[in-house]
Amino acid sequence: MRVTVIDYKAGNLTSVVKALRHLGADVTVTDRPEPLAHAERIILPGVGHFAATRRLDDTGLTGAIREAIGRHVPFLGICVGMQWLYSGSTEALEQPGLAAFTEQCTRFPNAADKVPHVGWNSIDVSSSSRLFSDVASGEHVYFTHSYHAPITADTAASTHYIEPFASAIERGNIFGVQFHPEKSGETGLKILRNFLELVQ
Amino acid sequence: MLTRRIIACLDVRSGRVVKGVQFVDLIDAGDPAALAHRHALEGADEIVLLDITATHEGRGTLLETVRRTASELFVPFTVGGGIRTADDAAAVFDAGADKVSINSAALANPELIGQIGADFGAQAVIVAIDARRNTDSGDPVRDAHVFTHGGRRDSGRSVIEWAHEAESRGAGEILLTSMDSDGTRAGFDCELTAAVSEAVRIPVIASGGAGTVAHFADVFDRGKADAALAASIFHFGVSTSRALKQELAQQGISMRLPC
Repeated sequence: MRVTVIDYKAGNLTSVVKALRHLGADVTVTDRPEPLAHAERIILPGVGHFAATRRLDDTGLTGAIREAIGRHVPFLGICVGMQWLYSGSTEALEQPGLAAFTEQCTRFPNAADKVPHVGWNSIDVSSSSRLFSDVASGEHVYFTHSYHAPITADTAASTHYIEPFASAIERGNIFGVQFHPEKSGETGLKILRNFLELVQ
Repeated sequence: MLTRRIIACLDVRSGRVVKGVQFVDLIDAGDPAALAHRHALEGADEIVLLDITATHEGRGTLLETVRRTASELFVPFTVGGGIRTADDAAAVFDAGADKVSINSAALANPELIGQIGADFGAQAVIVAIDARRNTDSGDPVRDAHVFTHGGRRDSGRSVIEWAHEAESRGAGEILLTSMDSDGTRAGFDCELTAAVSEAVRIPVIASGGAGTVAHFADVFDRGKADAALAASIFHFGVSTSRALKQELAQQGISMRLPC
């Protein structure tokens, strides 16, 4: 199970890499586009500000990811890495996303509940999802975010906090999760294992 | 539904977990990596490791303890104690922490909150506040003071005001320890916790005083805590996270129940 993890200096990769190695994956970490030409699977982690994804454009990683996705290489974006799959986010209007999904990520609306959404919340899983194979609706995963994606036909899992939002997205070989599977106990490890076991 | 979090805290000195009463009288409670792993299996939602001596000489030991503890831990893992600079924080993240908890250093140098957040994200920065009610005031709760240096020094600052500032400087969460309650097992300071939780828009973790299931229910209800932290209640087999969470769930409090 070979997987390439992209380092674009947005937060800390240690936990993601540790979880993947725990699952027996052969992990390569890169901040350059070249290794993506031979990647079997790609994970784009990321926490913090959407503007940090600018580094993907500056380093040529955006183009390399687009090419890999075109070759049907399974791709998983985590947290900001998922949000980047959309056209953009109101967190950084000047910074475009990959636009694999045309919607825009927005901040949770003002409400009595606190923003950011931090902690363990339940997921309602789409039965056709490959990423959530053998993961039941109602299981809890760990979130920490202030921006979220809307529910659409490509939503693989939804979660309710203030309002319903897409906690995971899936179309063909493109996957994204708003939560942190590497910090979501056995449920999260199962989701990562499902990704590692996907065949092109 | 977002669940309330139960956080298991390991106070570590020289690589061993210890527990004291009101910050003194320390006794040995075991190996941090083994205890962290056990807590996670038993359903703790997060693990916090606090280096309570935090001497310069002890940094190497701490980082090795963090590395060993983090290696097989797949729930959020926070490390605090003696983090004075962004470089100290980076070393702890590199060893496998997901969040750092900063206390005295944030008070002395509030810019540190934003500095760590710039590199690792606001979610990775917990500002820990050691608070004591101000009995000289007509409103001891709202006028509670922040203490530093392991609770030995009164900073003279208002808890509510400092929590506000920490939030505005980019803290992701507040870890509020009531020094009046700490180690007493007589219950959390719900009035103080509610005052802070209502003053900020970031999650507040209540700490100090856990002794019974009812204390947790109380701090989630009256105290409006987003999470509650406890140490001694777990270490000596008084209760497990699993038993605690099952009882709280039965009382209608939203909990992630371990499988």
